[in-house]
Amino acid sequence: MKQKLKEHKEPFVRIAKRVKIEWWKAWGIRGIALVGALLVCAAIIYAVVALNPLQVYKAMFEGAFGTNKRLWVTIRDMMMLLCIGVGLAPAFKMRFWNIGAEGQILAGAIASAACMIYLGTLPGILLLLVMFLCSAVAGGLWGLFPGVFKAKWNTNETLFTLMMNYIALQLVAFFVALWENPRGSNKVGIINPNTRAGWFPPLFGQDYALNVILVLALAAIMFLYLKYSKQGYEIAVVGESENTARYAGIRVPSVVIRTMTISGAVCGIAGFLVVSGASHTISISSAGGRGFTAIIVAWLAKFNTFVMILIAGLLVFLEKGAIEIASRFDLNNFVSQMIMGILLFFIIGCEFFIQYELKFRDKKHKEAQA
Amino acid sequence: MKKLLAITLALVLIVALAACAKEKDNGGDVTTDDFKVGIILIGDENEGYTYSHIEGIRLAVAALGLSESQLILKYDIPEDEKCYDTAVDLAEQGCKVIFANSFGHESYLIQASKEYPDIQFVHATGQSAARENLPNFSNHFTRIFEARYVSGVVAGMKLKELMDDGLVDDPHVGYVGAYPYAEVVSGYTAFFLGVRSIVPEAYMDVIYTNSWFDMTAEAEAANTLMARGCVILSQHADSTGAPGAVEDANKGGKPVYIVGYNVSMLNVAPNAALTSPTNVWEVNYETIIDLVMKGEPVPKDIATGYAEGGVAITALGNSVAEGTAARVEEIIAAIKSGALHVFATNTWTVGGEELESYDQSWGFEGTELIWDGRFNESYVISASLFDIRIDGITEL
Repeated sequence: MKQKLKEHKEPFVRIAKRVKIEWWKAWGIRGIALVGALLVCAAIIYAVVALNPLQVYKAMFEGAFGTNKRLWVTIRDMMMLLCIGVGLAPAFKMRFWNIGAEGQILAGAIASAACMIYLGTLPGILLLLVMFLCSAVAGGLWGLFPGVFKAKWNTNETLFTLMMNYIALQLVAFFVALWENPRGSNKVGIINPNTRAGWFPPLFGQDYALNVILVLALAAIMFLYLKYSKQGYEIAVVGESENTARYAGIRVPSVVIRTMTISGAVCGIAGFLVVSGASHTISISSAGGRGFTAIIVAWLAKFNTFVMILIAGLLVFLEKGAIEIASRFDLNNFVSQMIMGILLFFIIGCEFFIQYELKFRDKKHKEAQA
Repeated sequence: MKKLLAITLALVLIVALAACAKEKDNGGDVTTDDFKVGIILIGDENEGYTYSHIEGIRLAVAALGLSESQLILKYDIPEDEKCYDTAVDLAEQGCKVIFANSFGHESYLIQASKEYPDIQFVHATGQSAARENLPNFSNHFTRIFEARYVSGVVAGMKLKELMDDGLVDDPHVGYVGAYPYAEVVSGYTAFFLGVRSIVPEAYMDVIYTNSWFDMTAEAEAANTLMARGCVILSQHADSTGAPGAVEDANKGGKPVYIVGYNVSMLNVAPNAALTSPTNVWEVNYETIIDLVMKGEPVPKDIATGYAEGGVAITALGNSVAEGTAARVEEIIAAIKSGALHVFATNTWTVGGEELESYDQSWGFEGTELIWDGRFNESYVISASLFDIRIDGITEL
């Protein structure tokens, strides 16, 4: 008895950090996670509502891609998420936790809507250009403030950017009340419904072609900027270690301020996309939580702009699929939120197994010891 | 790793395109399918206002002999581009008539109606059909103010009973409203006039929540009103927040009661709920779908009240005053026959004076709305235009 207590027992399983992992192993784990998530969802769907899970998945698929129109709407929303993800990438790469994309989008959206309302008589292209610039400036300002405070007084950027969201939200509420139509209804309604001034014009017969071109261009520019420009390198160094950056002669404060302004500006452009390229109105739900969803996009993609397309696609697919299964099987949106939650849990959770490995108690080793 | 990504992406796109192609094959079926009805809903069955729409359109579709699969319901569609996307999607699915149920959906439905001239679009509570004058866009609503007036009578009788019993000496009434515009103003005024037809010295406070559905804000507003001394409350917002708060206070021994909206609140507030004015949407849906099926034009505005069966009040609670049921019957009969007009100008004043003319309703400036001794609500258009703030009511 005494001897047994003394004996050091190796745990059944222990966790060790992986030194490196082959790419096929990493993607294998991700694949298994996806399949696992789908199986768990299927089991729950069958257990709760006794529907064939395959039919539910098929309906989700058709909801997102089933018709040409649906495909384009899915692409449009995907581009929106991608745009915000692209905006967040430089800040996050610098380890600046910009969770204020929501507010930066709204700031851009206010600027765009204001241009549409007050400058609606400008010629089409010029108006769009003005809106683009104004929304970038507005979003940039919303990023500049927390950037300056961080650089000068080392304020906590997470709290600062988060609180800027609420200021933007209140500003939107103010402008909605100012522009509301009809009065008292707290809704602006579609702006310029007849002249379509400030709306994205259809290109190649597609209403949302311009959204795609604009966002892909932004994504490509951001990719090159982060990877090949000197400023992009500075961002990476500041992100890795501020002391190293200082030692290398990089002026950290100006990098912080510049990067946050760029990040905010791109999110502001996303606000322009929302107002001009999709909803043609402004409301307190214009950003609609996309500023937060995009954080998941940026993180999961490890700030690689091209992987972001894939993640954004998955999230929008889930959202569209959700609407379809709610309608087709008379399930309400909670079911789709469950599916979304389970999928994200598995996908984010599997990163743990990519970073770490589980080492089980070695049987032979134990026997040898005995 | 990059290659794998590229392959995955390519696969997704290919399958997507395959799905598109498949849909085109189905195209033939869609057009031969008898008749499809689509509806865009702001909420789902958990929200009273939308629930009554779902009930209404299901009954209407069944009454017209259509099968359940011919009705496509789209739940939880917000008042932004998603409404337009959904309208287009329903059109592409072959719906011949497409409804939407929330005020903010209107401009998106109009946008879609311009692109699909062969499909009839009908929007509940909106006020633009007459002005836009599109051949395939209409508004419909109920004369809900009639039911609100009747519910006000129920509330007034309770208030009188409380005062007669000596439990209450200040006839203070409270109202939880959503937004400060005509639809809500018309509703609370009708309710108030109903109360005042029984208790002439009654006065009312209104609090806005600036949301159609906000459980917490509605409960908070109700608590504020009760703290100010309101003993009878009502609501024009869609959650059970206010009835829940009033029930709690009632259980705590306070003589407070509430008139709900859309659905009976008796399960939430068995002691405090008196009744709820409600829309019987089935009437409008049946009329409109029937017209579209027959290929006949749909009027620009459709408004139905007690006379057509478009409005009602839900079952009276146990707490109502004695004789309420009989009184309610009388009032409803009078409204039906045209003997009683809710907004008769001799029952209310503005700045101490009766109005003889009013042409300043928002968006309809220049349109005279008072004649024959009454404000003619839901007459020029189906939606409410009564946005006059009358004496005796204070917006907080």
